[in-house]
Amino acid sequence: MIEVKDISKKFGKLKVLNNVNLTMEEGQCIALIGPNGCGKTTLIKSILGMVVPNSGEIYFDKKSIKKDIAYRKDIGYMPQIGRYPENMTVGHIINMIKGIRNSQEELDEELYHQFGIQNFLDKRMSTLSGGTTQKVSATLAFLFNPKVMILDEPTAGLDPIAAEILKEKIIKEKKNGKLILITSHILSELDELISHVVFMQDGNLIFHKSVKDLIAETGSESLSKSIIYVLKESLK
Amino acid sequence: MNRILKYVILDIIKNKIVVVYTIILALFSWSAFSLEDNETKGLLTLLNIVLLTAPLVSILFSTIYIYNSSEFVELLASHPIKRSRIWWSLFLGLSLSLVIAFILGAGIPIFIFADWKKALMMISVGSLISVIFVAIAFLSSIMSRDKAKGIGVSILLWLYFALLFDGLVLFLLFQFGDYPIEKLMVALTALSPIDMARVLMLLQLDASAMMGYTGAIFQDFFGTQLGLVLSFTLLVLWSIIPFSISLFKFKRKDL
Repeated sequence: MIEVKDISKKFGKLKVLNNVNLTMEEGQCIALIGPNGCGKTTLIKSILGMVVPNSGEIYFDKKSIKKDIAYRKDIGYMPQIGRYPENMTVGHIINMIKGIRNSQEELDEELYHQFGIQNFLDKRMSTLSGGTTQKVSATLAFLFNPKVMILDEPTAGLDPIAAEILKEKIIKEKKNGKLILITSHILSELDELISHVVFMQDGNLIFHKSVKDLIAETGSESLSKSIIYVLKESLK
Repeated sequence: MNRILKYVILDIIKNKIVVVYTIILALFSWSAFSLEDNETKGLLTLLNIVLLTAPLVSILFSTIYIYNSSEFVELLASHPIKRSRIWWSLFLGLSLSLVIAFILGAGIPIFIFADWKKALMMISVGSLISVIFVAIAFLSSIMSRDKAKGIGVSILLWLYFALLFDGLVLFLLFQFGDYPIEKLMVALTALSPIDMARVLMLLQLDASAMMGYTGAIFQDFFGTQLGLVLSFTLLVLWSIIPFSISLFKFKRKDL
């Protein structure tokens, strides 16, 4: 589905990505983990075409993403911090994105209803709390039924009920055969969600393993414990 | 593009700074025309106010707006839409809203009090100046990721065009006053959109006599049809070139 080939990226002298190779298939739910500043966000942004790598190539459905922007209609992206123009209302934002996508397919309004977005369509973005803004971002990411979901710290700032709704939705979409890529620091919430783990450090991809293999190798009882084990090992 | 443009304009027009800017322009314009006994004097007063405030508000407001929209631009970029469209929508949105603010604030009284030909000239010059400084704001905000730096560069650019440039020209005049540099002066005005706008407007108001011999040379050049067309073209270029450079950079930028 998505194939990242040998990409490297430098910001000035700082090497943020170092010959990263990664293949992701549908039906997988992949957690992208690693210490702060390890290049997770840069990798995500490269896949979304926001960051242009210095070298290497990224393929989406076997097509290079360099020239064609159409592949982005199959991606739903939920950013870590959603900041919107302050005087736009929730309704404006949703209508605008609908206009950009101009999608003829049926919309997936499950989160829209579950989060009760219809109750604050007229509210301005500047008056919303951080959590509500996140709800809007999540709704937008899932609205167009994309094949790939990229979620950057999705549950940060959400209240427990909303976080649970989002988690249920992620599990459901995973079962529908979608590829889901998550970065999160809250390890415990990853437990029930993910099937694969990608671990990055200092711009290098250290490993890409299935959860079963990882648990077996580290000899821990749960995913979060094995991740902590790996993180501690990497600091040594 | 129209979708984004529509909502960007709706967003900016509701912005408090733009509303206050419109009200202040209106206050200045109505009082300038009511206090002065003839329209030319009123227009001259207003011209000086407009040439100081319109660039400042346009460049500062746009710079801050562009920096505040960076996450929003990122979000838009994750959708299937070309980057140039995003940038164009922001540019047109900012330009149109500030031009609307200018026309609502200053344009209406100008049209009521001044002769329509002068009024039309004044309004087009004011609108062009607004767009030019929006374009310069795009250029200065694409140069650096740091908001404080970007705003600093914008303020410096405004200071340069609004005040320092005049100082430099005066300095040149004093130093080389013994030489025939009047033609050079005409060429020099092309280097600052504010000065060009001022000269264009002054000539419309028949105030060129106040500028002595240089004024006569200006009249010779800007007074003709060709001079008028040429100077308007230059003003348009002043908006297109900074924006094009910023667009070129934005397409290659890491968001």
